[in-house]
Amino acid sequence: MLLFLCRRLFSLAFVLLGVSILVFWLMHSVPGGPFDTQQGQLTAATRANLEAKYGLDEPVWKQYLNYMSHALRFDFGIPYQQPQTTVAALIGRTWLVTLQVGLLTIVVAFSIGICAGLYAAYHQNSWLDHLVTFCATLGVTVPNFVIGMWLILCFSVARSWLPLGGWGTSGACLFGKYFCTDWILPVVAYALAPMAIIARYTRASIVDVAGEDFIRTARAKGLSEVALMRRHVLPNAQIPMVTALGTEIPNLITGSIFIETIFRINGLGKYFVTSALNRDYPMIMATFLLIALLWGVTYMLTDVAYTVLDPRIQFGRRSRR
Amino acid sequence: MSAIRDTVSHGFAWQATQRLLRNRLAILGLILVAGISFGAIFADWLAPHPYDYARFDRVLLMPLQHPDHLLGTDEVGRDYLSRLIFGARTSLLVSLLVQGLALAIGVPLGALAGYVGGRTGFVVSRIIDVMTAFPSLLFAILLISVLGGGLHSVVLALSVTGWILIARLTRAQFLTLRERDFVLCARALGVPAWRIALRHVLPNALTPIVIAVSFGIPATIFAEAGLSFLGLGINDPMASWGKMVGVSNAYVRVYWHLALFPTLAIALTMLGCSLLGDGLRDALDPRHARPL
Repeated sequence: MLLFLCRRLFSLAFVLLGVSILVFWLMHSVPGGPFDTQQGQLTAATRANLEAKYGLDEPVWKQYLNYMSHALRFDFGIPYQQPQTTVAALIGRTWLVTLQVGLLTIVVAFSIGICAGLYAAYHQNSWLDHLVTFCATLGVTVPNFVIGMWLILCFSVARSWLPLGGWGTSGACLFGKYFCTDWILPVVAYALAPMAIIARYTRASIVDVAGEDFIRTARAKGLSEVALMRRHVLPNAQIPMVTALGTEIPNLITGSIFIETIFRINGLGKYFVTSALNRDYPMIMATFLLIALLWGVTYMLTDVAYTVLDPRIQFGRRSRR
Repeated sequence: MSAIRDTVSHGFAWQATQRLLRNRLAILGLILVAGISFGAIFADWLAPHPYDYARFDRVLLMPLQHPDHLLGTDEVGRDYLSRLIFGARTSLLVSLLVQGLALAIGVPLGALAGYVGGRTGFVVSRIIDVMTAFPSLLFAILLISVLGGGLHSVVLALSVTGWILIARLTRAQFLTLRERDFVLCARALGVPAWRIALRHVLPNALTPIVIAVSFGIPATIFAEAGLSFLGLGINDPMASWGKMVGVSNAYVRVYWHLALFPTLAIALTMLGCSLLGDGLRDALDPRHARPL
């Protein structure tokens, strides 16, 4: 197990190295720099001074080595847009908002998704089963900003029940001075697709397991339905659910740029767009590294979870795709 | 009995077409896609006004408010129906170009990684692996911020991330097909490697690639709409559904029509493409029955 983890960590480091080189090279491959955009406000001398301050006058490979040696010591530099703070602090602040959205979405998506999937598996071809299939098709095919826009049109424009956007603007979110409602629309718009996917996964794996011989045997020996579910069906249906969890969670905690834009939430994704537009090199690098790291770690944890849940699976031998 | 007769008297393409035409959802998808393609191709004749003709005396008209503008006008007075029709052209143009480029890059590289092996294959495989770990949307945003917006950079940015899936599929196909007997046979007869890859392996690897492209087209439409929605896509006089949704976000409280129609257009297109793609997959690869 230790060997397996070491190998995965090594390949994760390799991927991070590749990502960092590619992103760094791309950012610097086009002429121009972060201080060109403030047109005419800077004299040539001022700009040269600024570029010298941030080390932008050195050759690209030297800048890269410089950056990486600092990054390994968890110093990700200073964002050019807000020099009074650090990249780590800025990401911490914006990611906190994104994490709130993501965690709420995970709770909503998984609780409703698993319940709906269980119900649909036990009542095949009922109205809820068809509703789940319909939502799954809708959630997978229609982009979430389109769904978000429809929710806004229905609940904020046609009926002004819920706010148009913002996050935590009516008091501290969720548990403030008063219960605020601006989280409902973004979370619903964001949760619909993963919820539908989870419901389908759950339904498929339960239906799969319920047809097995050992379930018939257990039922024949007079086990109650609840005990059957808890002891025999659910443990065997966990693997596909964990697969769904492992692929959805990194998406959800890194947030959706579209949801944050349409509901005016100042999270990581929205900040990444402004950083990219302003060529804020340290912010772009840090965001990419963070997201690649989160993806890698979640994949690794998913693999570990497989072996914990199912002793038949051994490390390094798996065919998920 | 009839199944045997079918396989004897008809080719694979005929059977696949029969299977596709029996699938009612696929027919619905086909109708939607055909309608949108028709609008995209004949936009110049169908649209009542040019897409970039702004009339400043007719800004932000509601639908049916003026007889000339069935779906109203946008924030600078351009006819909304015309812009929707031309938006279909943008969507289809971008998705076809991107998938074409992705095929042109992905198939040769995937074949190289899967068939040649050795040091070249190893290097190409590692490149594919690193690119797979990349957050592709962020990468596209970065590329466009570097290149500047517009049709060319959108196509380029989406192709750079789009070829990876096709390359991975092709690699997997070539890896398994390389070991088959007919390849060994051809090699024993002294057929050169490039000819085996082109004439014997590639035709057998084609089905999954076609299916991947049929799902890549709606994915690209989504990506283009998303980028344009963020203001990082198609530049202004050109019409793009995503950009129309993005702009409408500021006006949505009063001018709901600006948001409703392009979102409907995106949703219908994506739905049509996905239904058709599902149907195509079931028709081309009948063993791959869907779990649900």
